[in-house]
Amino acid sequence: MNLKLLINIAKTLLMARFRQTLIAAIGVMFSITMFITLISFMTGLNGLLDGLILNRTPHVRLYNEIKPAIKQPSNIAFPNELFLVSSIKSENVRKDIYNSASVIQFLKQDERVDGVATKLNAPVFFTIGDIKIAASVSGIEPMEENRLFKFGDYLTGGDLKSLIQESNSIMLGKGLADKLMAKIGDVVYLNTPNGDRYDFKVVGFVQIGIADIDNIQCYASIQTTQKILGKPSSYVTDIQVRLKDIKQAPSVAKEYAQLFNLDAMDVQTANAQFETGTGVRNIITYAVSITLLVVAGFGIYNILNMLIYEKMDTIAILKATGFSGSDVKWIFILISMIIGVAGGVFGLIFGYLLSSVIDNLPFETQALPTISTFPVNFNVAFYFIGITFALVTTYLAGLFPALKASKIDPVIIIRGK
Amino acid sequence: MSDIVLETRKISKLFHDPVTVKVLDDVNISINKGDFVSIVGKSGCGKSTLLYILSTMDTDFSGDLLIDKESMKKRPDSYLSRIRNEKIGFVFQFHYLVDEYSVLHNVMLPGLKLGKLSTKEVEHNAMQHLKRLGVEDQALKSANRLSGGQKQRVAIARALINNPLIIMGDEPTGNLDKKNSDIVFDIFKELVEENNQTILVVTHDPDFAERTDRIIEMSDGRVL
Repeated sequence: MNLKLLINIAKTLLMARFRQTLIAAIGVMFSITMFITLISFMTGLNGLLDGLILNRTPHVRLYNEIKPAIKQPSNIAFPNELFLVSSIKSENVRKDIYNSASVIQFLKQDERVDGVATKLNAPVFFTIGDIKIAASVSGIEPMEENRLFKFGDYLTGGDLKSLIQESNSIMLGKGLADKLMAKIGDVVYLNTPNGDRYDFKVVGFVQIGIADIDNIQCYASIQTTQKILGKPSSYVTDIQVRLKDIKQAPSVAKEYAQLFNLDAMDVQTANAQFETGTGVRNIITYAVSITLLVVAGFGIYNILNMLIYEKMDTIAILKATGFSGSDVKWIFILISMIIGVAGGVFGLIFGYLLSSVIDNLPFETQALPTISTFPVNFNVAFYFIGITFALVTTYLAGLFPALKASKIDPVIIIRGK
Repeated sequence: MSDIVLETRKISKLFHDPVTVKVLDDVNISINKGDFVSIVGKSGCGKSTLLYILSTMDTDFSGDLLIDKESMKKRPDSYLSRIRNEKIGFVFQFHYLVDEYSVLHNVMLPGLKLGKLSTKEVEHNAMQHLKRLGVEDQALKSANRLSGGQKQRVAIARALINNPLIIMGDEPTGNLDKKNSDIVFDIFKELVEENNQTILVVTHDPDFAERTDRIIEMSDGRVL
């Protein structure tokens, strides 16, 4: 098969109907542009929304859950009997993690683990005048917390390091700070459940973007928190693990739970609804894009059909002078593919430009203090998918008219005049 | 005895629509190299049908067709198009040039398809043929800007480009005036005499037929 000649013929026929083919190519271009823009924007937004929770959520969280003992004393005493015990109360378990230092050391050596950060939660009250505001202090390792969970992204004021450098320093959730009318450098008073009273210097504000959390949460270094609880430096209630591969979280969580005899929560279980949301948004994006492409495909199909009727004579000559049915088929598929490639490539370019424009549109949100423009995910894979889409659709749209053209009997046309 | 380039053996063909009619009935002809043959007969006697069978474009017949001593029976489409490309030059009643191409490119098309020569060589040969037919000054014009007579000469140049075994014409002068008909006839005659080219023409024109070397007369699907 002489491909160069066939391409030349395809090009010539295409130029004969330049305006129609241009419109068909614009149709393809438009759908690819929309696909690239939609998918980049959607996945960018997905990443942002998921990040809102998932960035802040450890992949595996190890802790002691307050719950009733699985084996009640009666079961232990008479293992072969069946007991129905009503009104079971939760066990008074220790809240901290037993032998935390060696657990952490083990975790840090695990190949699958990206990083480990310890955490300690303590319920407190802030007093302002005679008003008491319930709040919760998270004792964190600021630097690890920032590295693993992008804590720094949510700071609206202050410096992360001051949590470590200044003793009795605290960072307040934005909502909580508003209630306390605290500025950076102010001193706030808090009471522990044990009745002790401490004064803390405000060194920063944190805005997670979820009002319920920002209204009650504040952050101090883990050492400071251990101090106000009157606990030793090995006292941690949570070990947060970030894995290299988030998909391994459920199995790793199960493994750790057994190994350390702790409760382990993986991120997928904790935030199942986000996965669902992401999936649905992606499906919508692909559905819209495919619809656009199918419409563009019908346009190409129409134009090729018209072209074939118009160029019956040419097809007959080609066949009479020695072009086979398959040559003719390829000529029309090539016409379609030229439209597809041209439309597809321009679609990618315009898609990139349009997503760049969206990427620069201002987008101010309470939820994310560090974001100032719309999030767009520039992923090369989308461009590959886009061009593949364009080529497959135009190929299919061209195939049926092309098969029809290949079956045209030259005798009928030559005689028909 | 000279070489037989085209031979039919008991070719018959039926049309089924609307009623079954035998358009060709047991046609046996053979054409030698260098023959200038015309097929004549009344409208509907089957002469065009026969020509399309001989040109391999119509494959729905019984009997056998031999081109260059090879049977064309039960050959795939790609094989037959190769034969048409290489061994048969076609001249139609309506000129059937590709309007989007220049005259020169129209002539080159079958040559490029054959792919035996480079584009340059095909172009050179095409120019030679156009020159010989006296239309070389039209070479770069678009095909649809030529007169009928000129178009037919271009079509003959196209038929010649691959040095075919046989040139077939379906009423090649049917759409031309007397003057242009004569020109076309003279070209055919010259090709036969100078190049020993084989030519087979279906025609209505008794003057044209009379001047050919051999006349095959048909009536009701039979060769008389």
